[in-house]
Amino acid sequence: MSCDDAGAVVSVDVALARGQHTIAVRFAAPAGLTALLGPSGAGKTSVLDMIAGLLRPDRGRITVAGEVLFDRAAGIDRAPEARGCGYVFQDLRLFPHRRVRDNLLYGWRRAQRARPLLGFDEAVAFLGLGALLDRLPETLSGGEAQRVAIGRALLSGPRLLLLDEPLSSLDPPRRREIMRVIERIRDELRLPILYVSHDREEVARLAGMVVRIDR
Amino acid sequence: MLTAEEWQVVALSLRVAVVAVLGCLPFAFALAWLLARRRFRGLILVDAAVHLPLVLPPVVTGWLLLLLFGARGPIGGWLAALGISVMFRWTGAALAAGVMALPLMVRSIRLSLEAIDPRLEAAARTLGAGRWRAFASITLPLALPGILAALVLGFARALGEFGATITFVASIPGETQTLPLAIFAALQVPDGDTEVVRLAVLSVLLSLGALVASETLVRRRYVGPGQEAVRNVL
Repeated sequence: MSCDDAGAVVSVDVALARGQHTIAVRFAAPAGLTALLGPSGAGKTSVLDMIAGLLRPDRGRITVAGEVLFDRAAGIDRAPEARGCGYVFQDLRLFPHRRVRDNLLYGWRRAQRARPLLGFDEAVAFLGLGALLDRLPETLSGGEAQRVAIGRALLSGPRLLLLDEPLSSLDPPRRREIMRVIERIRDELRLPILYVSHDREEVARLAGMVVRIDR
Repeated sequence: MLTAEEWQVVALSLRVAVVAVLGCLPFAFALAWLLARRRFRGLILVDAAVHLPLVLPPVVTGWLLLLLFGARGPIGGWLAALGISVMFRWTGAALAAGVMALPLMVRSIRLSLEAIDPRLEAAARTLGAGRWRAFASITLPLALPGILAALVLGFARALGEFGATITFVASIPGETQTLPLAIFAALQVPDGDTEVVRLAVLSVLLSLGALVASETLVRRRYVGPGQEAVRNVL
């Protein structure tokens, strides 16, 4: 099919029935940061889950960088591990039994062979994780854990970064710090980002394009 | 210190208990995973069947094993065709001990699995891990304290097994006569009091040893989720 918008890095057209209402989303995101903005409960996280392959849409099609990840009609449904979507969850989901170093390295070896985005030392320097490497996740502060989660996703060699409310649980100084990190990922690493938020200010500062998702 | 017969009883008891627990572990883990992570029709039946040995009189469990594994039983007949019989053999004693240990092992592993966030595995998948690697690198190590607890509980249960064993494979010295059965046999002998005391002290020492060993093992593990489950079980 050639109906994907020209120049779009991510193209999503999916629908999923969840209880009473249906999540139906259609957008084509260019390079840079695209925000999915909407009130809580609108299904923003579900959209990220569908793109990452953790939730199966009832119908539709998802392509990233020209590759079809999901196409109900064509029977294509790539496994999450084959989608190349770095996902920073709202609840982070750092592996509690692994030190920061091993959390960061979890997806790295495979990524090295396929499509490394940046090296381990590079990522550690980029996110300022040097002093944290031997710590266990439970000993990290909110901002530190957030940076580790972002580093872990970047080191898995993603083609697309999914960020789910990455600033919502942080105090203002940490917010500014993580926001700068996100801007650098957008501008220096040139990684396409889908950014879920309910905060207009955040979105106005970061996003090149905004997709509104309403209930 | 120990007579040859006593050594034999101890060695047999340890062998029966170890084989029972190790043989039981894969089944216990599979059942625990099924009960903790899957929702299917008949789940309650599986759950009840697993717990049956815990609530049935052990003699009844032994008798059911006799029906199933006897020469004309459905499983026993099939095994006989392969030239295998567990009747009146130490392997039968291990089987009985394993069945009796199963519910405790399943409970302990299930508790630790339920304490693990399944979304951690989903996170591992997005980082490039296949289903199996995600399970082996995330869920399995996090469940380890529960698995260790299951081994200890199962071992203790197997070591003390009496009713099902004596019903299923009788009390044959050197073959199926484990510590509890030997104590019971000594009690039947008019002047067996000294032997009873010696064997009783032996079983206290064995159980203490197992507890100390497990405590050391569990303590050496990191403290994390799943650890709670161990504390609850122990």
